[in-house]
Amino acid sequence: MNEKVDVLIIGSGASGAAAAWSLADSKMRILCLEQGDWVKPTDYPSNGRDWEARLFSDFAINPNRRARETDYPINDANSPIKVVNFNGVGGSTIMYTAHYPRLKPSDFKVRSLDGVADDWPVDYDTLEPFFAENDRMMGVSGLAGDPGYPFHQPPMPPLPLGKSGQRIGKAMNKLGWHWWPSDSTVATVDYEGRGRCINLGHCTPGCAQGAKASTDITYWPAAIRAGVELRTRCRVREITLDEHGMASGAIYYDAKGEEKFQPAELVIVACNGVGTPRLMLASQSGRFPNGIANSTDLVGRNLMFHPYAYTYGYVDEEMDGNHGPTLCLWSQEFYETDAARDFVRGYTFQINRGMGSIVEAISSTAAGRLPFGADHHAVYRRLLNHRLSLSAICEDLPEAHNRVTLDPVLKDPSGIPAPRIDYTLSDNSRKMMAHGIARATEALKAAGATDISTEAPIMNGGWHLLGTARMGTDPERSVVNGWGRCHDVKNLFIVDGSIWVTSGGVNPTSTIQALSLWIADNIKRRAADGTLFD
Amino acid sequence: MPATPALTAAEARDLRAFAGTMIPASDRYAAPGADDEAIFSEIERSLGRDREDIGLALGRLSLLAGGAFADLPADRRLTVANELRAEGGAPLTALTRVILLCYYRDDRVMRSLGQEPRSPFPLGHVVEQGDWSLLDPVKKRAPFYRR
Ligand SMILES: Cc1cc2nc3c(=O)[nH]c(=O)nc-3n(C[C@H](O)[C@H](O)[C@H](O)COP(=O)(O)OP(=O)(O)OC[C@H]3O[C@@H](n4cnc5c(N)ncnc54)[C@H](O)[C@@H]3O)c2cc1C
Repeated sequence: MNEKVDVLIIGSGASGAAAAWSLADSKMRILCLEQGDWVKPTDYPSNGRDWEARLFSDFAINPNRRARETDYPINDANSPIKVVNFNGVGGSTIMYTAHYPRLKPSDFKVRSLDGVADDWPVDYDTLEPFFAENDRMMGVSGLAGDPGYPFHQPPMPPLPLGKSGQRIGKAMNKLGWHWWPSDSTVATVDYEGRGRCINLGHCTPGCAQGAKASTDITYWPAAIRAGVELRTRCRVREITLDEHGMASGAIYYDAKGEEKFQPAELVIVACNGVGTPRLMLASQSGRFPNGIANSTDLVGRNLMFHPYAYTYGYVDEEMDGNHGPTLCLWSQEFYETDAARDFVRGYTFQINRGMGSIVEAISSTAAGRLPFGADHHAVYRRLLNHRLSLSAICEDLPEAHNRVTLDPVLKDPSGIPAPRIDYTLSDNSRKMMAHGIARATEALKAAGATDISTEAPIMNGGWHLLGTARMGTDPERSVVNGWGRCHDVKNLFIVDGSIWVTSGGVNPTSTIQALSLWIADNIKRRAADGTLFD
Repeated sequence: MPATPALTAAEARDLRAFAGTMIPASDRYAAPGADDEAIFSEIERSLGRDREDIGLALGRLSLLAGGAFADLPADRRLTVANELRAEGGAPLTALTRVILLCYYRDDRVMRSLGQEPRSPFPLGHVVEQGDWSLLDPVKKRAPFYRR
């Protein structure tokens, strides 16, 4: 048996890393178990000529396609949106696109403001200092003064507008719509040991320059220097309970495939909105036959993704193509609920630069736009680097039937049951996507684009995994309390996107990490004043 | 991962003929076809996890061709290739993808597109800052988020 630790964190991604770093100053003994490996900067695709090809093999965003030993398969057959992620030190931040908006004040009050879903037990103002601390730790670039947000000052200047940004910016001005340079975790100047962005343009599958903030190069080095231990290739099978109904630790398979038990005083789960319910559902005992801390049957339910409505067109001059960070601007014009529309809540427009030559060719072939035969070359030259696009990130409301369960057949390489996803798009989401497509089409036309097409929802777009162990003050209607502690098991905490009550309409990682820092802060304060297990 | 089974001689012939039909050489753009020797060798080496789907697509192609696709006259090849395309499906996607993956990273093709044949790292690229005064009308807007 391993030596007991004070805090065991499971998962080293966005939220696990933030919690580990924050707790490190408590002098507690902290251990993180991560099923994946460290990824070296030299491993990233943008080092080689096959940089685009590797999006379809070892750096595919879909784990079923990527199929590394360190991945787990996901049965996604019953979902129009497929889960995408990365499993390794840094978690899905290795694979994210670094678009970094915060939730807005209204997102925490959807029941009070709009009469749907539930209010959160925490609000924007409470989280504000943790957003700021997280911005500093991750290193955020952006421009202060966005009228779509409460004031905040990103530590670095914004990403360049480039050709694409200017063209779409002019179009938005013509329409009188809001647009703003995005907050991004791509460093625009040298920042705390990270080199500034040199516009490799292939941010999603890892940044060879280290300009993109994944937590393996932000929180983890600081946490490890402060004494946290991170053990890789350790795949947790279940969280165990002691005779008092408290979490006693976790059983995992180590790098050699040997079963180990890691005892702990306190367990923090940070495996993301699919990995966390999967692990909790697999942690069955006499007391919790349906999974740990699942007396309400809410673990795994209310899965929210953010259906993405992607709309694109082609202009008559060369744009930035794949040069520069993909996501550079946002528009919050349609974010807040508007009673005149036929749906509640709203969406962010994420405005993209272009794509590489291979991805353009594959996408245009699939869409039937790029012909076979002699015309191929002329048509391709009109498409390459001429694409402008916008994605509506639609707020997904919680619905109990959208859920993660354990697949009865499919298993990961260690024999642990794989997650199964059952998800349908709601009527509200469909109407919101249709609105987003119509508005994006207007914006593209105002930018002079033609050949306008859409993909909605983006199929491989299950990158935001939220809601499957929701927060709340009522133990009958939620899994964790207002500061991330399971109602059923008082030394078990969840810090990832599972705890979200509603999804908002923004990329979630900034808020996931701010929440994780806030929960860690609660743990430290309450451990000090003796109220942690009250 | 187990080694990918190589294509049979008949499959390789059809695949090469299909690649050349999909993207023929172009004098106008100084671009090789996807059936060029170097590009085709790269395609054969890159089948990887799509080997099975590609085999299925080639099987379907030869059914549509009523025999070896490579034996069809050039104009008929394009018609049959487009018939396969119209049917769609995962095997077709895998087939066209592997051709595009190898074609659009060939040095000669990159040059014909005016692109440098190199990896993005370490040189990176230049993106212009742009005219930030475009944001002035947005800056004048009053805050519009809800509390
Ligand atoms: C392609 C892509 C693009 C994205 N783009 C953006 C973006 O632009 N902006 C944004 O805000 N978000 C983006 N995201 C989402 C973002 O990556 C996630 O929101 C964020 O990483 C979630 O953090 P997390 O801590 O909840 O989980 P993760 O970061 O996913 O980390 C979970 C970790 O837990 C580990 N784990 C899981 N189960 C076990 C187990 N049983 N035992 C041991 N370890 C385990 C995993 O290996 C993983 O490392 C993107 C994601 C993807 C995949």
